[in-house]
Amino acid sequence: MTPGDTILKVNDLTKRFGGLVAVNGLSFDVQEHEVMGIIGPNGSGKSTTMNLISGALKATSGSIVLEGHDLTPLPPHKIARFGVARTFQLVRILPQLTVIENVVAGAAFAHKPRWGAEAESFAAALLDRLELGDKKDLGIGSLTYIDQKRLELARALAAEPEILLLDEWLAGLNPSELQIGIELIANLRREGRTIILVEHVMDAIRSLCDRCIVMNSGVKIAEGTPADVLSDPDVIRAYLGDD
Amino acid sequence: MTSAETGKLALGAVCVLAAASAPFFSDGYWLSIATTAMMYIALSTSWALFSGPTHLIALSTGAFFGIGGYLVGSGMSDYDQGFWTMALIAPLVATVLALLIGLATLRLKGVYFVIFTLGLSEMIRNLVSWVQNNFLGSRGLYVLTDFTEAHIYWMLLTVAAVVFFSGWWVNRSRLGFALRIIGNDEEVARHVGINTAWSKVILFMTTGFFAALVGAIVAPRYSYIEPNVVFSPQLSFLVVIMALLGGVHRLWGPLLGVIPFTLIWEAITISFPASTTLFLGLTFLLIVYLIPNGFVGAFETVTGRIRK
Repeated sequence: MTPGDTILKVNDLTKRFGGLVAVNGLSFDVQEHEVMGIIGPNGSGKSTTMNLISGALKATSGSIVLEGHDLTPLPPHKIARFGVARTFQLVRILPQLTVIENVVAGAAFAHKPRWGAEAESFAAALLDRLELGDKKDLGIGSLTYIDQKRLELARALAAEPEILLLDEWLAGLNPSELQIGIELIANLRREGRTIILVEHVMDAIRSLCDRCIVMNSGVKIAEGTPADVLSDPDVIRAYLGDD
Repeated sequence: MTSAETGKLALGAVCVLAAASAPFFSDGYWLSIATTAMMYIALSTSWALFSGPTHLIALSTGAFFGIGGYLVGSGMSDYDQGFWTMALIAPLVATVLALLIGLATLRLKGVYFVIFTLGLSEMIRNLVSWVQNNFLGSRGLYVLTDFTEAHIYWMLLTVAAVVFFSGWWVNRSRLGFALRIIGNDEEVARHVGINTAWSKVILFMTTGFFAALVGAIVAPRYSYIEPNVVFSPQLSFLVVIMALLGGVHRLWGPLLGVIPFTLIWEAITISFPASTTLFLGLTFLLIVYLIPNGFVGAFETVTGRIRK
């Protein structure tokens, strides 16, 4: 789907932890129906950026605006109610809830809240789509790693987010699971969802992202299509060093 | 409402009616034990409404209970108020206090929350004693009513029934679901759109309300009220232990802990009045080591194995 209007505007975003500047004057836009990648070496501030958007961390300065709503000062639950949903770098599912309850958790308090029978059938449909339908009444102890990842994604999708944040959602999958995972996100892209993904898997970046920004030491060093940024000399230097 | 839920409500109603007939079959000693048990059923069950799903162990029951008893005593002795007026005011005062405590403890987790609630209860106890001794005349307060033990028993039964009904209602509401999510992973809870602070405070206020209401109703039983006695820290621990013994992840769990514990506790206080605290500590250790999820948890593990 072709990208539409700008939905998220990040402007001059800065996050300091004491003396360390994790994100430094970062600005970018995200258009509707676009999949935007944030890449960069370890410690470059990618996950911090995701945490700032979702509200897990408070920005030191700068602003994050979603569809005209200033998210910068808001706590995570208010940001979620404006339509931001996320997965976590280390998969976080709710251990004492069943599979379907985990998905209902994503739907019940979001910006288009669903509850009761409606939430159940909505969650069941989502689980079917993510091939977890037959496990919906199980506890989460019986899930494999990729199923846990799927479940976390289902919970985020249950919110019907305006923008979906995937923080290294493909990390830790084995090669065959990785193909399944990439295909899954490709489907979301075809549906026209707006996604920001932080990823280390270059195949995924190339095949999934409409556009990427590259970060290094908290600063944006390149922006453009995956092919362009990955051949940018500054980006190659950031990943491989000077020699 | 599904037929299973209607069935549960009907079963609940039958249990309440059966319990209500108890004073006609026994009076004196056994009614007194039943009244004590009913008091702990109301306290432990309402305690578990908050502490069960959130895993935040609150040791403040004694403080709220004390506020209930003390306000009834103070109002009736010193200000010529009727019992019913004070029994209405006391829970409201406790609810406001629970709101303030809740707002102050929002960021506390785990053991810090436990210590804070314990310390706060002690502070309230000492503060009330100090005010009473220095400004209001250092005497106890008399709560003289026409209530018999059976009247108190029925009032407590009514409160317990209301607690159960509220628990049932909360468990099927979004608020109850939010509390379970918070207990699982507070970070996730925030990110799916739950106002974790308010969800916790609302439930904490509910437990404060019920504890003070129970304290107010029980006050006529003591006749003579002294702040140091009615703000009992031991009560806070007893409520926690009974709830944990039964199991806090089911609404009816604490009930299963209260009944045997009240009987054993009665026997212990008669036979070894000097070593009750020792027994309390031992019970707590045994529960934590042997039945961490209470009777309900042990029962469900066994039935789960049989089913497999």
